[in-house]
Amino acid sequence: MTSFEPIAAIQRLRRSRATRAKTALKKAPFSAWFGIVVIVGYVFVAVLAHWIAPYGETQVFSEAFAPWSQEFKLGTDQLGRDMLTRLIYGARNTIAIAVATTLLSFAVGVSLGLLAALHRGWLDQILSRAVDVLMSIPSLIFALVLLSIFGSSITSLIVIIALLDSTRVFRLSRAVGLNVAVMEYVEVARLRGEGARWIIAKEILPNVMPPLVAEFGLRFCFVFLTIAALSFLGVGIQPPTADWGSMVRENATLITYGDVTPLLPAGAIALLTVSVNFVVDWFLHATSGLRDEK
Amino acid sequence: MKNSGPGPREKGKDLLQIRNLHVEGFSDERWHPIVRGIDLTLKRGEVLGLIGESGAGKSTIGLAAMGYAKPGCRITQGSILFDGIDLLAVSETVRRRLRGSRIAYVAQSAAASFNPAHRLLEQTVETAVAHGIASREEANRSAVDLYRRLQLPDPETIGFRYPHQVSGGQLQRAMTAMAMACRPDLIVFDEPTTALDVTTQVEVLASIRNIVEEFNTAAIYVTHDLAVVAQMAHRIMVLRDGLTVEEAETRQMLAAPAQEYTKTLWAVRKLAKPEVAAEEYLLTIDHVTAAYARTVKVLQDVCIKVPRERTVAVVGESGSGKSTLARVVTGLLPSLSGSISFAGQPLSKSLKMRPKEVLRRIQMIYQTPDNALNPRQTVEDIIARPLEFYLGFSGAQRDRRIGELMHMVEMSEAYLDRLPAELSGGQKQRVCIARALAADPDLIICDEITSALDQIVQEEILKLLMRLQKDFGMSYLFITHDIATVRAIADEIVVMHQGKVVEQGMKSEVLTPPHPAYTERLLSSVPEMDPDWLTTLLARRKI
Amino acid sequence: MNPVARTVLERLGLGLITLFIVSIIIFSAIAMLPGDFAKATLGQSATSETVAAFQREIGIDRPPVERYFVWVAQMLHGDFGSSFASRTGYRRSVAEIIAPRLYNTMFLAAVTALVAVPLALGLGILAALYRNGWFDRLVNAVTLTTISFPEFFVAYMLAYLVISRDTFIGSDFAQSLPHWLAASLGWALNAVPKFPTLSNVNEQTPFWDHVWKVALPAITLTLVIVAHMMRMTRAAIINMLASPYIDMARLKGMSPMVIVLRHALPNAWAPIVTVVAFNLAYLIVGVVVVEVVFVYPGIGQLMVDAVKSRDVPVVQACALIFAATYILLNLIADIISIATNPRLLHPR
Repeated sequence: MTSFEPIAAIQRLRRSRATRAKTALKKAPFSAWFGIVVIVGYVFVAVLAHWIAPYGETQVFSEAFAPWSQEFKLGTDQLGRDMLTRLIYGARNTIAIAVATTLLSFAVGVSLGLLAALHRGWLDQILSRAVDVLMSIPSLIFALVLLSIFGSSITSLIVIIALLDSTRVFRLSRAVGLNVAVMEYVEVARLRGEGARWIIAKEILPNVMPPLVAEFGLRFCFVFLTIAALSFLGVGIQPPTADWGSMVRENATLITYGDVTPLLPAGAIALLTVSVNFVVDWFLHATSGLRDEK
Repeated sequence: MKNSGPGPREKGKDLLQIRNLHVEGFSDERWHPIVRGIDLTLKRGEVLGLIGESGAGKSTIGLAAMGYAKPGCRITQGSILFDGIDLLAVSETVRRRLRGSRIAYVAQSAAASFNPAHRLLEQTVETAVAHGIASREEANRSAVDLYRRLQLPDPETIGFRYPHQVSGGQLQRAMTAMAMACRPDLIVFDEPTTALDVTTQVEVLASIRNIVEEFNTAAIYVTHDLAVVAQMAHRIMVLRDGLTVEEAETRQMLAAPAQEYTKTLWAVRKLAKPEVAAEEYLLTIDHVTAAYARTVKVLQDVCIKVPRERTVAVVGESGSGKSTLARVVTGLLPSLSGSISFAGQPLSKSLKMRPKEVLRRIQMIYQTPDNALNPRQTVEDIIARPLEFYLGFSGAQRDRRIGELMHMVEMSEAYLDRLPAELSGGQKQRVCIARALAADPDLIICDEITSALDQIVQEEILKLLMRLQKDFGMSYLFITHDIATVRAIADEIVVMHQGKVVEQGMKSEVLTPPHPAYTERLLSSVPEMDPDWLTTLLARRKI
Repeated sequence: MNPVARTVLERLGLGLITLFIVSIIIFSAIAMLPGDFAKATLGQSATSETVAAFQREIGIDRPPVERYFVWVAQMLHGDFGSSFASRTGYRRSVAEIIAPRLYNTMFLAAVTALVAVPLALGLGILAALYRNGWFDRLVNAVTLTTISFPEFFVAYMLAYLVISRDTFIGSDFAQSLPHWLAASLGWALNAVPKFPTLSNVNEQTPFWDHVWKVALPAITLTLVIVAHMMRMTRAAIINMLASPYIDMARLKGMSPMVIVLRHALPNAWAPIVTVVAFNLAYLIVGVVVVEVVFVYPGIGQLMVDAVKSRDVPVVQACALIFAATYILLNLIADIISIATNPRLLHPR
């Protein structure tokens, strides 16, 4: 054994995850930077809504549909509430609900998907067939049916959308899980006698993270748009909670007079989803580049 | 028709002249050189063999001879003169008219290169008809004639089949017919037999050589297999990293390679280990039958004994059941009947029933280290896990053992923090070996572990395995389709065909005649470095 | 049996089973209704007699399996039950409510599909052929943005554009701009056709008038769907152009036209129809939102109203129609894929 060899002579190549991320960020294109800045801005506004907003979320003033002015920067809505305040609180409510829904959808979809991929057999059969059936109904239609039965409380909204959306997460995580589960390094672990928990946590999960992270971004957009659409239709988030979808609907009449105010919450939705899409697009590009690096 | 072998014969004037060719490929957001200044001259009717390891740029040069660069590649410099036409100076339309009619291409994977939606005949005559060289009827007649010359079965009707309806060897010959359809001046063969089994390879090689000779077609034959190129080419060019190493007539090159690199390529073939007779048996496979889905029998009544400290090589072509054998021994595929005993104890059929200690003593190494190493774990994580899992090592003891293991597989500890993607193919396979060694096993199952590696790396890995066996005394069950590898490392040989053991015994017995019919066919089909080998073999088989 | 016929039959059977299960799920909607639903619908003042009468009316007092088969049998005869909006002596049949609206929705969907599908396929194929060129980049950026927009945002933007045509010049915003800019913007806006921003049609609306009135909803839907469909077509075509047999065709000296038409297209039907069918799901979702924006009397708007008033029989009928349409579209796509697969058409 060459134990006399000075340690310093052995040049180790230690690169932490943080430095890798940093170099990747440096190479990121403008669109990705734009997306990141916008997302950080939205999160900032959402978290600090209570302190930034000029008025209370449901504070009503005397004049409805007031024009833009010093007092009401973006005017007031159909009940005389300050639009800017509603927009800021809307960020908090809409984003929080969408994030909660996406997290729930992923918790259900990923765990069942990976389990089905590893186990296969009857469990996989039952889950996959159930998902096939659920996906054979367009999700907005299914959501409408379920909402008509359970009513439009925030809890039922989150649970229903998460459950319907988890079918897609299930399909993806099962597919990527299957790709990894048939790899020989998983077989090596099995031959070694490792248990299912170790195999999922150490062998499979680290290898399916990039597609799942990207999918999280895309699913968030989808969930966000679905909730906005439902609220817009009047069956999602219910008044008086400030929410961008319903704000568009409630003030839509202003458009007929050539007023852009009702387009602002819709634009806020669009800007966020565009930003998330930009970041996901770059992330997919960057991580697929990593794989080519052989 | 006469088989004269690739000896010197009358050649015409220069057909193809490549001067100072540079090609670049795009990856990792930048352009990398693939071919770095190649000169090449080809006369009419001459066959030039391009040989080299992966990444040598040989396929890229083959395509450049057609004035073509793969998507993601670009020709940056040089000139390509085909029969007086500068392929890089003329318009794409002119190049297109030349392709298929005067310069044709035969790809490695015929199954993927035929369009699944059209019949073979339609694809064979497509260029001739589209370029107005022949009418459809003439082209069809000529195609049938070519099918016959290439010894395809039912030449009159085989053209009406779809690609998925004929076998791999037949498809490869059909593709040669497609290339020949316009009687081109030049054909580029890009590893046409690499994906085929050896017994099929011989037939395809013979057909290709015949027809090329018959029509006096010039050819560029790209391959990594020296023995194959020795049969096919008049002249050989050795490539490495996009540069020419040396170039000479085939016989001269084989007899007296000038460059050191070429000599190392030749040397691989000469590796051979003296066999040692068995003393004590470690693993006994007794009348084992196994099947997938309980119906398709892939192993029938197989009996094999593996002695301690020896190497048993299991040889067979695809579909012989040799890899299934490994799955049965490891317990991944429980056998239907028969029994296996290990170190005197019966071995449970299923993996789940085996105690940890038994799992530790049988380790496995795979063909593709890329798939066998978790891309998200460092070399240290990979080697440390068996130490922790089986032996309960930790702290300084673990680190010291990791150092020893790296030393055993001749790797620096500097690699411990690397991810598999940051290692070369040979290094990855060494890490796999180190992982197997970490468990301190008695038996290592090696499933085609050198097939995916370049020849020089293969030799290093085989030498390493032999040294480890001498030092630590484990047994190898070595599964391979490559006879050269068998010669290099085996003590005993098992020949398998269609799920059955055809022949087994000491290496010297199995490799010397007389052989059972299948072994004879298998052994005689393995190309040898002698340029007259194919000619002699065909002459002998005709008798 | 011919493998194509067998696979098609298998797929048909699977489609029927799916439809069956979906109908059970939708039917269970009634069974899952909370107990005091009748009271909630009829109001707190309802007497126990009226509640019982209502429950008899909707058949809640009979066993679910029997009710299911009665429901299915009635539906097969075109009877979708009666709306909860019915009152004693005034029955409103669901079929009667749905029929004219179903026609309107189908009309809108058909107009959209006729424009969107060829447009998306054409753009997708062009982008794939000239990938990484300026056209591809432009289309990629535009569609990435469009798929991120909520349907109602696109809808209102278009409506706003049409309205600005008349209101822009007089607006405060135009006054604040330099005169030449305001004038040229106004001139540009004048080029926008004066599409109706409310799609109020009825059974008497003549055909071409109907087309004119659905122009804005159709354009909105087209924008959204073309973005999705075009991106997927592009990906599918690029994937196929990377196949070795396409390389081989190039090396055989075939022209780009021949490569696309003879070598790529015969193998492209399966991925293309899959993309089209998949995206018609976006059409269905889009229809619901767009109908509400433009107050178009279609089945989507009906369904949303029914959900709000919790008129379950109407919701069920609408959902079943949407689901059945979607299942049927996927079925057709799969059958086309099967029927163009050479491996199935020409077995070994």
